[in-house]
This record gives sequence, C-alpha cells and structure tokens, in this order.
Amino acid sequence: MAEWLKDVEPLTLKGRIAVPYSWWVGDTGSRFLMSLRDDRKILGTKCPSCGTVFVPPRKNCGRCFVDIEEWVEVAAEGVIEAHTIVHYAYPVQPVKPPFAYALIKLDGTDVGFLHLIKKDLDKIKNGLRVKAKFKEERTGSILDIDSFELI
Amino acid sequence: MGRRVAIVGVGQTYHKSHRPDVTSREMIREAVTAALADAELTIRDIDAIVIGNMDHFESINYVDTYSVEGSGGVMKPIMKVSTGGTTGATVAIAAYYHVASGLFDRVLAIGFEKNSESDTTGAIITCSDAIWDRFSYSGAIPSLATEATAYMEKYGATQEDAAIIGERDRNNALNNPFAHLRRPLTVADIMASPMLAYPIKLGDICPRSDGACACVLAADGVAQKIARKPAWFKAAAVRHTYTWFGDSTDYNKGLVSMQRASKDAYQQAGITKPAEEIDVAELYLPYTWAGLKWIEDIGFCGPGEGVRFVRDGNTHMGGKIPVNPSGGVISTNCIGATAMLRVAEAAIQVMGRGGKRQVPDVKNALATGFGGCFWSDVVILSTERP
Ligand SMILES: [Zn+2]
Repeated sequence: MAEWLKDVEPLTLKGRIAVPYSWWVGDTGSRFLMSLRDDRKILGTKCPSCGTVFVPPRKNCGRCFVDIEEWVEVAAEGVIEAHTIVHYAYPVQPVKPPFAYALIKLDGTDVGFLHLIKKDLDKIKNGLRVKAKFKEERTGSILDIDSFELI
Repeated sequence: MGRRVAIVGVGQTYHKSHRPDVTSREMIREAVTAALADAELTIRDIDAIVIGNMDHFESINYVDTYSVEGSGGVMKPIMKVSTGGTTGATVAIAAYYHVASGLFDRVLAIGFEKNSESDTTGAIITCSDAIWDRFSYSGAIPSLATEATAYMEKYGATQEDAAIIGERDRNNALNNPFAHLRRPLTVADIMASPMLAYPIKLGDICPRSDGACACVLAADGVAQKIARKPAWFKAAAVRHTYTWFGDSTDYNKGLVSMQRASKDAYQQAGITKPAEEIDVAELYLPYTWAGLKWIEDIGFCGPGEGVRFVRDGNTHMGGKIPVNPSGGVISTNCIGATAMLRVAEAAIQVMGRGGKRQVPDVKNALATGFGGCFWSDVVILSTERP
C-alpha cells in the first residue's frame, strides 16, 4: 500500500454530464430515412466522377470532392463482407448480446452498409447473402431496418 | 523545407489502472518534470507547448488552459490538439511543425489520460457519426473484431497466431519499469480468457491506464547542445480516410491510412526497404490482431505474410525488427498519451537510453499512432541528422 494512503483517504467527486442534442440529418439523409420509413426502400447516391454508389447516400464524394445528384434504388439484400459476434453487454448497444454487427454490401452498391444480424448467429459467415427485415413501426431512423437475416 | 528538428528529452509517469494520488494536472506535471530533467532544461527554456488528450474523457475540454500549472504553460503559447487515438503522435507532430517552422526553438509536447475517471466507451463512441454509425460498433472492440474476422478468413490466421503478439508484448513489458501490466501473459492465458466480440478475447485487447508522457523538441543547432545523441525527425505523416465505417476501410485490403502514411514517411526518410532499414518499431497495436495485419500495411512484410513473419521471431527482441520493446499498448494504454509513448519510446531507442528494453545499435526507429475510424500517424526518428 502506498505510504500516503495510511493518512489520507482517496476521495472522488462524482459527476455526470447529460447533454441533449438534436442532430439535423440534412436533405440527403432525410430523403433516405423517409424512404425507409414510408416505402421500405433503400436508396443510395452515385458519384458522377468515380461511379461509387454510396449507401447511406452522400451529398458529395469524399474521394473526388464533387457534388452528387444521382439517386439510385438499391437492393434490400446483399452479401456479408465482414462481421463480428458481440458477447459482452454494454448500455450503448442497440440490442442485448449476443448479436452481430455486419458490413453488408447491398446489391448495386460499392460500400459496406453497417447493420445488425440477430438470428442464426452460429451460421453467419462472410460471403453469405442476407436480406433486410423492416420494423412494423417505423420512425425515420437507420433502425427502421430491424436487422438483416440470412436468405 | 522546414528546419531540422530532434527530440532531446523524454519523460513519462509510471502507469496504473488508476492514480488516486494525483489529479490530471498534477500527473501532467510529473511527465513534464521528467522530460525537462532528461533534457537538463528548465521550464524557462521552453518557447511553446502543445498538449492533447481524448475529448470527453475527463470532461475537461479546454485542457490547454486547465493544465497550465502542470504543463508549465502559464503565459506561454500553448495549444491543444486532439485527434482520438492518434492524439499523442499528432501532438508530437504538431510540436515538430512548430519547431520546423522556425518560429520556436524549444517546444514541449504533452499527452495524458486519466482513463479511470470516466466511461471510456461512452466517450469513444462520440468519434462515430451520430446519425448513421453510432447506433452500432459501440466502442472500439466490435470494429476491430470485424477487421480481424476479415483477415482470418482471407489468410487463414488463427486466434493462437494473434495471441503470440499479446504474449510477446506483455513479456517485453517486464523490461519496462514504467509499464502498467508487468505480469507475463501466455498464449494459453489469452486463449482461455473470455470472448468479447469474436475473435477478440479479453486477453487480446489493451488495458485502460492512467498516465502522461512529455517530449522536448529542439531545432537544429540547439538540439546538439542539449542532447549528446538527439533523435532526429526523418519523417512525420498523418492520413485520414473516412468516418463511415463501411467506407473507411476495405477490411480485406488492409488499413489504407497506415499504408499511405508509411509510404509517405518512407519517401520523406529515403527508406526503400523498411524491414532492412528500420531497426526497431513502437507500434500502436490496440489489440493482438493488429500485430499480424498492420505490419503488412506498414510494409515490414507482404500481404498475408504477417503470421509467418511473427512466428519466425522477426518482431521479438533479438529479431530482425523488434516491435514494442516497451511492452506496447497491450501493456500500457493511457489513451491521449499512448501514441506519444510510441514516439517517446522510439526516441529512447534512438538515444540509447532504453536500459533493459534497449535494442542494440538502433539507427532508425519507427513509431505509429492509430485512431478511431481507422486513421494513422507515422513518425520515423534517427540518429542521423537528415
Ligand atoms: Zn467519386
């Protein structure tokens, strides 16, 4: 034991900061979320310069640094590119473990779409095909897609 | 072309899971005092200060102001630089820019963290895009685990292969009196530890530490008068990809930001064969798998050759290019100081002050920083004035 602990009690001051935020999604992101909520459709945008199809959609291409105007509807299914199965519980997680985070390349897109897989965790492998399962009650959030399921 | 710059003194605190005996400010002072003593300077010799830590960790956002009693920054030019996991390396690079610019001769760089004072994961997730990515990949482990599964599937690497990195670094930490975890950890221990997010187990990841690190940088002409063997900056590179987890990394291609940063650094340093010309490396490896995969991205070996390169002993002490003689991030992780410790430990190796962890005859040492959504810093230090 450290010498000073014999005479001094190591006190702490407890604190907590809870700061509410409202993040504006913007016109491009809002259009994407409205489409999830109202039509159960996943939209992307396509860079006029390099042709990359982004989902969620981007207002500009970071690589080419040009504006993007073109919208494309992409498939609600695709291929697992990479994944992990989470075993530890933590308050910020969207669902209780075990569950999987997966990067899914939706058909017709060029980037990984980050989402959840909740079922068949013992069967998940990179390269397998999955399909989006939409929630019945949708609010205009990325979690209007409940999760992806193996096809 | 900027002025030539060298590190002429380094200081660090001892590291523990928590330091109830000191505040952040008091802990910073320990590192600064040690760095000044190492350079045989006083705070009056310092022209400017750059300091950094992780945003939100101690809930003190203006640490440039908060820290002045400990940093010695009262009525001096002092700036905060914060770039997530890379912070410590970025602070050192910003201090290098200060001196190279010709505006300041002697600059103090400081990184610190009191991980014990907050919820690390709660703070870390603020690096993720609030609208699109924050609902998932909560904290650092799942995104790293995803990278690891992609690497496993592509090259057939096993959990035992990764565990060798943990065993190596934790064994090295026994030689470092400042390291946080100074107990050996074997491959079997790591394999037996609980699974967090497949394939990452408790034994595969870095701890949370309290600690601080400081470096004194000086200009050409001044540096030679301060240090017998200054550690000269030969290169410093910073690269960021994207914040979108789906875009930022092609998990099957590798850590693109590290590939580009090291390529740039090798060009600056005139290095064409990294594995032959770099004598020692202090790499920011937050989890064991990085020790297999990222050495490919840095160019120590080719794609898919990481396991063989490590299993052949090349990265162990006495090998071709020892990695993390200090014990690395797996042994000590005071996040805002972690990447600066890589630079400081590389400087220690170049200056020949490593004691039991010293690698013999070091000319060139490479240090890296790694941050949040897969961005990278690379620094090369040398005995040779560039
Ligand atoms: Zn483009």
